[in-house]
Amino acid sequence: MEQLLLPAIDWLAVLPVGLTSILGLVLLALGLFVDDDETLGWITLIGLAVTAVATACLAGQKSITFNGTFALDAYALFFDLLFLVAGIVVVLMSMTYLEGTGIPSGDYYGLLAFAIAGMIVMASATDLIVVFLGLEIMSISVYVLAGAWRTQLRSNEAAMKYFLLGAFATGFLLYGIALVYGATGAFRLDRIATAVGDTPNRTMLIAGVAMLIIAFGFKVAAVPFHMWTPDVYEGAPTTVTALMAVAVKAAGFAAFVRVFLHGFGGLHADWSMLLWVIAALTMTVGNVLALAQRNVKRMLAYSSIAHAGYILVALVASGAAGGTAALFYLLVYSFMTLGAFGVVAALGSVGEPNETLDDYAGIGFRRPLLGVTMTIFMLSLTGIPPLAGFAGKFYVFTAAIREGYYVLAVIGVLNSAISSAYYVRVLIAMYLTPGAEEHGRVARQPYLLTSIVVSAVMTVVVGVFPALWMQLARFGFLSL
Amino acid sequence: MLADRDSSLGPMKDLVLYLTDVAGPLRFAPYELVAMVAMLLFGAVVVFGFVLPVAGITSWLERRVWARIQSRVGPNRVGPQGFLQWLADGLKNLMKEDIIPSAADPWLFALAPYLVVIGFVATFAVVPFGDVLVIADLDIGILYITAVTGLVVVGVLMAGWASNNKWSLLGGIRSAAQIVSYEIPAGLSIFPVVLLTGTLSMQEIIRAQGWAPWHWFLFHDPFTFAAFFVFFVAALAEGNRTPFDLPEAESELVAGFCTEYSGMRYLLFFLAEWGNLYVIGAIVTTLFLGGWQVPPVTEHPVALAVFQLATFFAKAYFFVFVAMWVRATLPRVRVDQLMILCWKYMVPIALVNVVGTAIWMVVVPTSLGRVVAIAMTIGGAALVVIFFRRVRFHLRRARLGPADYYYSPFI
Amino acid sequence: MGAALFLLVAALTVVAALGVILHPNPVKSALFLVVTLFLLAAVFVLLEAHMIAALQIIVYAGAIMVLFLFVIMLLNLRNDDPERGRRRYVLRGLAWIGGVALAIELALLVRGASVGSAGSAPAGYGGAAAVARSLYTDFLLPFELTSILLLAAVVGAVVLAQKQRRPTLS
Repeated sequence: MEQLLLPAIDWLAVLPVGLTSILGLVLLALGLFVDDDETLGWITLIGLAVTAVATACLAGQKSITFNGTFALDAYALFFDLLFLVAGIVVVLMSMTYLEGTGIPSGDYYGLLAFAIAGMIVMASATDLIVVFLGLEIMSISVYVLAGAWRTQLRSNEAAMKYFLLGAFATGFLLYGIALVYGATGAFRLDRIATAVGDTPNRTMLIAGVAMLIIAFGFKVAAVPFHMWTPDVYEGAPTTVTALMAVAVKAAGFAAFVRVFLHGFGGLHADWSMLLWVIAALTMTVGNVLALAQRNVKRMLAYSSIAHAGYILVALVASGAAGGTAALFYLLVYSFMTLGAFGVVAALGSVGEPNETLDDYAGIGFRRPLLGVTMTIFMLSLTGIPPLAGFAGKFYVFTAAIREGYYVLAVIGVLNSAISSAYYVRVLIAMYLTPGAEEHGRVARQPYLLTSIVVSAVMTVVVGVFPALWMQLARFGFLSL
Repeated sequence: MLADRDSSLGPMKDLVLYLTDVAGPLRFAPYELVAMVAMLLFGAVVVFGFVLPVAGITSWLERRVWARIQSRVGPNRVGPQGFLQWLADGLKNLMKEDIIPSAADPWLFALAPYLVVIGFVATFAVVPFGDVLVIADLDIGILYITAVTGLVVVGVLMAGWASNNKWSLLGGIRSAAQIVSYEIPAGLSIFPVVLLTGTLSMQEIIRAQGWAPWHWFLFHDPFTFAAFFVFFVAALAEGNRTPFDLPEAESELVAGFCTEYSGMRYLLFFLAEWGNLYVIGAIVTTLFLGGWQVPPVTEHPVALAVFQLATFFAKAYFFVFVAMWVRATLPRVRVDQLMILCWKYMVPIALVNVVGTAIWMVVVPTSLGRVVAIAMTIGGAALVVIFFRRVRFHLRRARLGPADYYYSPFI
Repeated sequence: MGAALFLLVAALTVVAALGVILHPNPVKSALFLVVTLFLLAAVFVLLEAHMIAALQIIVYAGAIMVLFLFVIMLLNLRNDDPERGRRRYVLRGLAWIGGVALAIELALLVRGASVGSAGSAPAGYGGAAAVARSLYTDFLLPFELTSILLLAAVVGAVVLAQKQRRPTLS
């Protein structure tokens, strides 16, 4: 038998994904023996925190391994940390939320860890096959998490819808990869980047790129591939919704940005037109439909669609300014959205979701902490200075204007104005609508409240001192 | 494999070349066409001249062996000792009316038995009967067998569904669940051997072994020893043999997926079952028992080929006999027991075997490996001896007179 | 003969694939899919990718499709169409228009594409050794990641299908 020459492997590059996968395995095994949800939650927290610290220690490293298919660079580390922190916040929320739902927590946390591992793969992948595998690891874990609350009919429905449409989107992704491979003869982004300029099969390549846009558009919930979002976000357990709205979307964008700005940078003129339309549609449809919602969870789903549109604006703008703005916006968006879903989770209880605007009446006085934090999140989502949302939008629209996309920037600003209507409506419900009298004692929610406060603090800190975080985002994007 | 035509044509290549030569009798026909026709004709000859008799004789053998175990006589009228019974049964069934129930789906109902038969006939293409006695020594031989036997499941499911009968459907579904489940331990048990040889080709696997038992993979190390048993049991289950014959459990499902079938189509299912029994024996022989490897006693090519063929058949038919013996001895298992046996015992054991063999290859030096092989061979022989002593002991203790049991193979 | 054989197999594949989507009976649709996958395996053989052809049959035709058939038969689906009445025809019409438009578009795309001659494959190409070598060198990371993917999928299936371990409060 001849010897196989294994490719050189830089183990540091795969450290984050390795640690999260091992955490997932450990949790699955422990789930069989440990019956205490809180212990499992703490183990997950510690595992994710250790991984986050280890990942942070890799800062400054730059390497590419496994035959150029997996990169360790500031871009990957930026997203890895984003996923891990989002994961930590979601675990904190879950430690309170899972009580009484009957969701087996070992499996739940295990799948959560696998989902984060998949996201990390997506952020580091410099090869379309690896992108696909990362996306599938993440998606399959999240499909199941969405349906984990099996006694809830709408959770089942969410999982089913997400799975069917997600499988369809995966088909598009694979077909797109196949067409790109057919046109360029490569899966690796650097080889694709050199091949796009002089491929004789330009039409095939464009068709492949269009299919990839559809697939990524589905994952980041861009219009017209957003149909699943409201139902799935509403039906899934709120903690999983938070994960989907934040980490899954960020992972989708991580791969989207790397593949399109790195691999297909030479085709910017072609795909930016398409993305221009998608970005404009996404912002408008998301915001307009959000106006009609009475259910806060559903409204937040449409709001997340609208925010995907803002990030797409940054992607259309491209270049250093656009890419940096996209990364920064994702960071900002993550904290405020996590916090908002945290508040939704805190107000509901098993059997009583309390998700409509009517349920929010008078909450500002009954639960002052939730009232104040929700105000911060809503104002930030609207884009009121000095909160983080304002800084994010500012950089995105500046980038668009700098690259000459004036119309898109105007559409974005108009949409921000529309969005204030439904965000402020939540505040009106909380403070200006007389609510029912206090009934019964509120359950203690220490972990959940911690996660909300952390998100609120981060939203304020990033908003007041954006320069430091912007620097991180720039550092990340420029390492691409 | 057609693209690879020169190697797959094998010894027929010269014939085809002669026929299509500029002066040959078929010079007007393109080479490829003649090659294809020649392959098809060869296939037909193999099926009618070899595969069908093998399956038929296995059926006669099974009835006789079973009868002997149950102290009966069995078929002994047609031909010497009833040897031609299978031919008579085949002719009888061919002449029967071909009934297709009115509520059945006519196309699928008619098609299903063929799929099942193709699934087993196609495996003969890679079964090596001797050093040169093989139709096609494919690079992916053992995987090819796993692949074509997959056709059987589709055929069985089709038969069950097309019959439009609830027993048939249940039988088909049970069979599919069983085959798909047991494919996993069976497939995993092939891996240790593939790891040891580094090839999937049946011939290469045999060539990696020797004629002596301590050169067989059966006694190579404890893991292959275990893999052999896992494979044999899983293969029995895949072939719907007792004690895993739930798909055709008479007491529950009439005759399972073949309830509605009659005449030749009914016979085809059984042909496939008996043929499959032989294929199981052949694969086990190839993987674990050194296949056609013989001691170096002759150099003459024809004598060598005959000797190899006889060795291979003897080993394969020994396992056919064991399967019959098992069928006559063990009661049928329940569905849940069937699944528990597969998923909770055989799959883990098979996985341990794969990993264990890999570790063994790295850790154990060759010299120690040889010692272990010889020790295991002796242990295996000792087991057989102990077994026969126990049998004799129990027969003696039963105080049977000589009239009650005797060792004559024929009555 | 290679090209003729390929055209024959490819045409049959397309016919079988059309059977999958056009046949009203779900069981027969699934059986057409089995045929399609088999013919795809034949295409792989024509490309000298024997190993992939065998795996295609084992995994798709042998295992996955059997589970498909299994489920369809257990649920006893017969010519069922959830959409009734005029809406059904409107939807079908739209689907046909969209599908045909896409097909024409793709045909135009492919017509413009230049396909170089593949030439003859080197010895041992497409065999088990060649596949294994590329799996362990060029595609080592995807190969390892697939194990995580499959594990996540297995765990997910178990989570969704297992019996509830604890009664819920609701």
